[in-house]
Amino acid sequence: MLIKILGPGCANCAALEHATHTALAQLGWQATVEHVTDYATIAGYGVMSTPALVVDEQVLLTGRVPQVEQLADLLAARAPQQPSGSAHA
Amino acid sequence: MTTRDTVASGLQPPDAPAGWVRRGVVLGLAALGWAGALLVNEPVWDRVVYQWAGLSAATRLGSAVHFFLADTVKITLLLIGIIFAVTVLRSFITLERTRALLGGRREGVGNVMAAGLGVATPFCSCSAVPAFIGFVAAGVPLGVTLSFLIASPLVNEVAVVLLYGLFGFKIAALYVTSGLIIAIGAGWLLGRMRLERYVEGFVFTTTLRGQPVPSGTVLSFGDRMRLGGEEVATILRKIWPFLLAGITLGAIIHGWMPEAFFVRYAGSDNPFAPLVAVAIGVPLYSNAAGILPLIEALHAKGLATGTLLAFMMSTVALSLPEMILLRRVLKPPLLAIFTAVVAAAILATGYLFNAIL
Repeated sequence: MLIKILGPGCANCAALEHATHTALAQLGWQATVEHVTDYATIAGYGVMSTPALVVDEQVLLTGRVPQVEQLADLLAARAPQQPSGSAHA
Repeated sequence: MTTRDTVASGLQPPDAPAGWVRRGVVLGLAALGWAGALLVNEPVWDRVVYQWAGLSAATRLGSAVHFFLADTVKITLLLIGIIFAVTVLRSFITLERTRALLGGRREGVGNVMAAGLGVATPFCSCSAVPAFIGFVAAGVPLGVTLSFLIASPLVNEVAVVLLYGLFGFKIAALYVTSGLIIAIGAGWLLGRMRLERYVEGFVFTTTLRGQPVPSGTVLSFGDRMRLGGEEVATILRKIWPFLLAGITLGAIIHGWMPEAFFVRYAGSDNPFAPLVAVAIGVPLYSNAAGILPLIEALHAKGLATGTLLAFMMSTVALSLPEMILLRRVLKPPLLAIFTAVVAAAILATGYLFNAIL
């Protein structure tokens, strides 16, 4: 699972990145979290309000920072058949 | 499985009818408490400052202290109520939807719609650049996009409701009308000038892929309330230094500055007053909440309304930090023309209001 946080570096982007790490820890998942700050790349995803959450190249959220629980639900729903190999053994 | 289904199942629990009644009651009580606090604010401080603390309303210190305390509480209360209500209402509108409405519009009609949508759409200055790219790359004309970018900070809900709360309906209505006309007119003019060559090239070559999640459609009632609360906290945390500085300056002017001084140097018979006000206001950055206590105190000292509105507009609509952000997508000539056109429009508004009010 490849997670990207899109945002030019505002406070909300950092908050979303932090919340994502917390949600991943709750789920016990390992994932790469990248922070994309390049405007052209951000716009390339069709995103206009930052921060945005992209999981495996799919935009899941734009323009807000959800609660950690919601984020965890969102990630869990996104990968329902999460192979056991990537979860904590 | 579509993305929307995934998000909806992840975020939106079904709402029971009984829950709506309880929510309505809670919201209603909160609104009543808010309105009550606003109503008793002035009399309470009258009593505290003039009776318990023994200060006289006729002294400079007394009136300055009263101004400071009453205004701090009043503006904070107004901000909490306004930001909360507007954020909740705005959670139903998204930039994506706005862009869809503006796509394919011709200039003229497009400028009018863009200015109106600029007021209604949730927008923060940190999204200015992605929004600009998103609009232009999707085929919204440059002038129409600029109308949106001008209207958004200029006719901002906080400014309008505070103007109404502090100065009354007439001034607030004048501000909104002139702000919209400036955004429409300046955007239209900039569009006519064919300035596309001064937009950074990558904006036009950016291809938009993917279907962004319409985040406004998947929020539950609880999410919207939480967004409102968070926005109040975020904005208050961001603006309280401006607010305190503005109210302190306002209180000093209110108590100590002689009226004759301002009327002589910045009254309506000084033809240069609006020019100086705009020249000071353009590089200066403040938001409406910080600038309004100052405007209120200056207004009470007899400063011309047009001069004050021009000062306020130039402060909120144009600022150095915003120009630095926009430089990422606009080349210096366009940035300069943009600033000059908007400043000129604000200046003209100032002179117009000084002449007719």
